[in-house]
Amino acid sequence: MKLSIITLFCFLVGFSFGQEEAEKNMKKLPSVVLKNLKGKSVNTSEMGFEGPVVISFWATWCSPCKKELNTIHDLYPDWQDETGVTLVAVSIDDEKTKARVSPYANAKAWDYEILLDPNGDFKRAMGVNNVPHTFLIDSEGNIVYSHNNYAPGDEDELYEHILELGSK
Amino acid sequence: MKIKLFLLAPFVLGASFLFAQGTISGNAESTFQYLNEDTVIGANQPPSKGLINSYMNVFYTNGNFKAGMRLESYLPRIQGYPNRFDGTGLGMRYVGYENDFVDVTLGSFYEQFGAGLSLRAYEDRALGYDNLLDGARIIVKPRKGIVLKGVYGYQRLSFQEGRIVHGAGIVRGTDAEFHLNEIFKKMETSSLDLTLGASFVSKYQKDDNSTLVLPENVGSYGGRIKMLYKNIYFDGEYIQKEQDPSNDNGNIYNYGHASVFNLSYTQKGLGILISGKSVDNMSYRSDRTKDLQDVFINYLPALNKTHTYNLVATLYPYATQPVGEVAFQADVMYTFLRKTKLGGKYGTTIGFNYSTTYEPKKTYNSNYPSDSTGIAYKSTPFVMSDSLYWQDINFNISKKFNKKFSGILSYYNIQINNDVAKISNDAQGVINAHIGVVEMLFKLKPKHSIRTEIQGLFVQDKDGVINDKGNWFTALIEYTISPNYFFSFMNQYNYGNPDKTKRVNYPIMTCGYIKGSTRFTVSYGRQRAGLFCVGGVCRFVPANNGLTLSFTQSF
Repeated sequence: MKLSIITLFCFLVGFSFGQEEAEKNMKKLPSVVLKNLKGKSVNTSEMGFEGPVVISFWATWCSPCKKELNTIHDLYPDWQDETGVTLVAVSIDDEKTKARVSPYANAKAWDYEILLDPNGDFKRAMGVNNVPHTFLIDSEGNIVYSHNNYAPGDEDELYEHILELGSK
Repeated sequence: MKIKLFLLAPFVLGASFLFAQGTISGNAESTFQYLNEDTVIGANQPPSKGLINSYMNVFYTNGNFKAGMRLESYLPRIQGYPNRFDGTGLGMRYVGYENDFVDVTLGSFYEQFGAGLSLRAYEDRALGYDNLLDGARIIVKPRKGIVLKGVYGYQRLSFQEGRIVHGAGIVRGTDAEFHLNEIFKKMETSSLDLTLGASFVSKYQKDDNSTLVLPENVGSYGGRIKMLYKNIYFDGEYIQKEQDPSNDNGNIYNYGHASVFNLSYTQKGLGILISGKSVDNMSYRSDRTKDLQDVFINYLPALNKTHTYNLVATLYPYATQPVGEVAFQADVMYTFLRKTKLGGKYGTTIGFNYSTTYEPKKTYNSNYPSDSTGIAYKSTPFVMSDSLYWQDINFNISKKFNKKFSGILSYYNIQINNDVAKISNDAQGVINAHIGVVEMLFKLKPKHSIRTEIQGLFVQDKDGVINDKGNWFTALIEYTISPNYFFSFMNQYNYGNPDKTKRVNYPIMTCGYIKGSTRFTVSYGRQRAGLFCVGGVCRFVPANNGLTLSFTQSF
């Protein structure tokens, strides 16, 4: 009896310590291998950017997603100069519309890193229910902020969070 | 005793410590409906009045180890979902190990070979579609640029009494992909980027038919290529399928084939895409007796733009005819850059898209079915007949006028052959519809904006009679307060219905609250019956009237 109580206690203590430890480390990006528009394989947990990274899930058939990315496109040069942020636009277009991703992104003259997730592997791993869904990752690879939706003005809130990272 | 305890304590502490390490991620989703009886639109109240679907994914990774599961619950299922989903239980679960060389999974997994013409296991929860494979998978990367895959499993067919129900046949497959520029040192700096791939898939299902001799093992195989040279991109895939008599093809013994290609040219401000697809007798399921969207091993995407405006997207959508079709698509997007005459201060984007689908040309075997071959006809890839299945011509202009006001103007002409791609019980032959949409966005003040949509759909008369449900009008207004709130109201009015009693309004009101990755929405009103489609796969949703609450959360 005593033994089991002590065992349970040890387990709980260990678990809670472990949790705290995990809390400190925060949630990391899962590792999924995706292709970029050049056909190169990119591991999502080792993208190798310096500074903060914004990961934005979108699709060519999603109007709010395109509004968000087109709005940020106008602000992106300033954001990059001020904070060194990189935006990675992960398209969840499947084989039906995947071929439209590159023409769309180029026609809009986007300067983002674009990754293709045609079977939803990264989307699933990131727990994305629906697009648009935007994540902010600090320079250590921790997910520090996320927002599911886009309404005009959301880009300002995102930028405030990016600035907070810069001041740390 | 004491000694034992002292020995045990650090071990337990360490084990639990280890367990608490690693990363947990996932998401939850729940949709509740309370439905009213509404005889005007033909909406029924289910006996339980309330309906609810819930899901939760939990994924755990710790170093090279990974595990995950999805619990799902239908108490009972919401309207339009497959009627055999019921109960609460595990809908997906797996364990796996992954390093840079090997990735092995046991349990449920999703997978796609190439463009998916031979194999694609995927999930689309909005559609209630999930054909995951339950079994084992191995992915090996012997060196940079080479990926080899092997899969073995049964497909998920249904979810009953809280358990996965598998399809009757077993699915096996292997795939290899070579990115030459990463493999060969010489090609590293080449401006031509080349990827080659090949796949082989096979299914086994017992022959339980007493009159026909059915092939128990049916293979499907082919190759693909992907090329990138400066601004030009090309990809193509060809898959052949062995004899596979099934309910879909009327038990013929023809071989099947499918091919797709995409050719695009892009530069800053311009994107051009030309695509083609040819499919014949390519319904490939792990149970030959199934139909609708059940246990498809392969994926045959419809070759057309996925539309987003309500009337365009849900009234006349098109899904691939797996028994056969030839389709082409052309898409051009161009942005008049900033500070040019047509671009104005912010730039103007125009888009044009054309897609068309025909029945393949078939040379029929006059001796069928009396000869022993069982081959009903012959067809050649990309050779088409003059029987139109689908055509869509559309263009749009989007422009930002000033800091506070932007708009999009769109026009669509859609023709869909209702005798082949059945979309409505009221329509005759080819439905020809013209649709116009004006969307406007006003920024009132920081964080506050209003978006409006005005949509009109006009159906051409057929032999002097109104075809299908006639004309529709839709208006939508949406008010958003960033980052937390939105309110919207939409009304659809079927003012042109030939049956005057069916000239009905479908008003619906929706509010939402979003905080980070949590999202609540509430909507109340009427929703018309229609096809709800994602990625060219469609599900019929009956008309309903009532309250819908939904909740989503990521973690």
